[in-house]
Amino acid sequence: MKLDIRGLGDLLIGDVQADRVVPPTGFTAWLTLFSAGAMAFLAIFALALSLATGRLAERWGDELARTATVRISAPEAQMAAQTAAALRVLETTTGVARARALDDAEQAALLEPWFGPDLPIDQLPVPRLIEVIETAEGFDADGLRLRLQAEVPGAVLDDHTRWRAPLVRAADRLRLLGWLSLVLIGGATAAMITLAANAALAANAQVIQVLRLVGARDSYIARAFVRRFTLRALGGAAIGMAVGCLAILALPSADAAGGFLTGLGFQGWHWLWPPVVPVLAAVVAFFATRAAARKTLEEMP
Amino acid sequence: MRIEGQPVIELEDVAYNYGGGELLSEVSLSLSPGSFHFLTGPSGAGKTTLLKLCYGALVPTSGQLRLFGQDRREMGRDDIATVRRRVGVVHQDCQFLDHLSVEDNIALPLSVSGRDLLAEGANLKELIGWVGLRERAKARPPELSGGERQRAALARAVIMSPDVILADEPTGNVDWEMSQRLLRLLIELNLMGKTILIATHDLALIRAAKAHVQARVLRIAARRLQLAGADL
Repeated sequence: MKLDIRGLGDLLIGDVQADRVVPPTGFTAWLTLFSAGAMAFLAIFALALSLATGRLAERWGDELARTATVRISAPEAQMAAQTAAALRVLETTTGVARARALDDAEQAALLEPWFGPDLPIDQLPVPRLIEVIETAEGFDADGLRLRLQAEVPGAVLDDHTRWRAPLVRAADRLRLLGWLSLVLIGGATAAMITLAANAALAANAQVIQVLRLVGARDSYIARAFVRRFTLRALGGAAIGMAVGCLAILALPSADAAGGFLTGLGFQGWHWLWPPVVPVLAAVVAFFATRAAARKTLEEMP
Repeated sequence: MRIEGQPVIELEDVAYNYGGGELLSEVSLSLSPGSFHFLTGPSGAGKTTLLKLCYGALVPTSGQLRLFGQDRREMGRDDIATVRRRVGVVHQDCQFLDHLSVEDNIALPLSVSGRDLLAEGANLKELIGWVGLRERAKARPPELSGGERQRAALARAVIMSPDVILADEPTGNVDWEMSQRLLRLLIELNLMGKTILIATHDLALIRAAKAHVQARVLRIAARRLQLAGADL
């Protein structure tokens, strides 16, 4: 669709006389306001979902991709020696930026969600975990496994690939679903505003007849309707956006657990997105009403 | 009556079919600048249809229709809108925007043509005074009497200073005194050089007009347009 800069300019400048020729009341006004508001509210959630899953996919795909874990399962007496041996192997492995063994407190914290806070970890045969941070180039996982197998019999390398890949895929799908929802919301808004505009044009057939009688061009008549519907959509969507943002703010904040649901919302510059929703709703309304008005006026005798 | 220059509206062997039947046939009419015409005929004869052809609302089924020298068939919607600014139309039912005041309705042709209403304010007030509606300028059209509505419609028709004024039964809903007042206004406009075409049943109105202007009386009968008899 060709962007009509002049049309949008006229819309912003306005024409007080042209605005008044269409009767101000009617159910279509409320229909447009309500549908634009409801759609903006839903769009805020779809947007928040997309951005949150985007962040999640980024974290899983990027940050976790550069980490791995070495698990040492050995008898209590050999645990320290095997841990030290594994660390030595890791230190000399190309592609490993750093490696460190988690202490008892950190391991207890990892198990706390399942066993509670008072877990006597020192009395349990819990494997020792070594956190491995890769360089940008990464390491050869197969080669490292072979070396660990030879030098540290109790060590098992987990490069997170098995569980990370489906999660990243799921997050990407969710993000896509969010954007698809936004497109569908935009389409539904356009359809509803088109219906409302058609109803308004049909209800004002007599007004259009009078305007034509006194020499109004179709562009003038269309502009009167387009401006009204665009401003209504803008107003309704602004209200919907504000309510949507308040609802997002009312959600539990992302805590240390960093769960997916608690992370649903906007962070940092992502807060610049919500104000775009009413503007987009107005643009959709502008083109939808203009197309409806042109078609209706073309069909009117 | 001034009859000189190119015709402003010209119909040549025009036919118009409506609902499968022929309503007008072989109609030829030439409205010269400054001429005054009456159009008579029984109800349903096609007077309103002929007026609609004259302001471009309808396209002839056959024949030639020229509006200000342009062939109607070659005119787009914008061309028709331009013609409407040169042709003032007074309908029997007036056709106002009821949510606007009388003053705003009269100024409507100025608004739609993008004229500055502030600059035209003095002319607008003078025109409202000329049709005797100064006290009713802020009223809404439904609050007006039949005569007041007709005068408001006439004011709206002439505010753009059109070349032609077409009036469809302008005295249909008013008493004798008001019809004479409206006629005087139309005669004044004709004396200013405007072309006038009035469709009416009112023979007394035609006789009264002929006492002041040289008016041609046309009659639609049996789908054809003809000059009316000398008794008119």
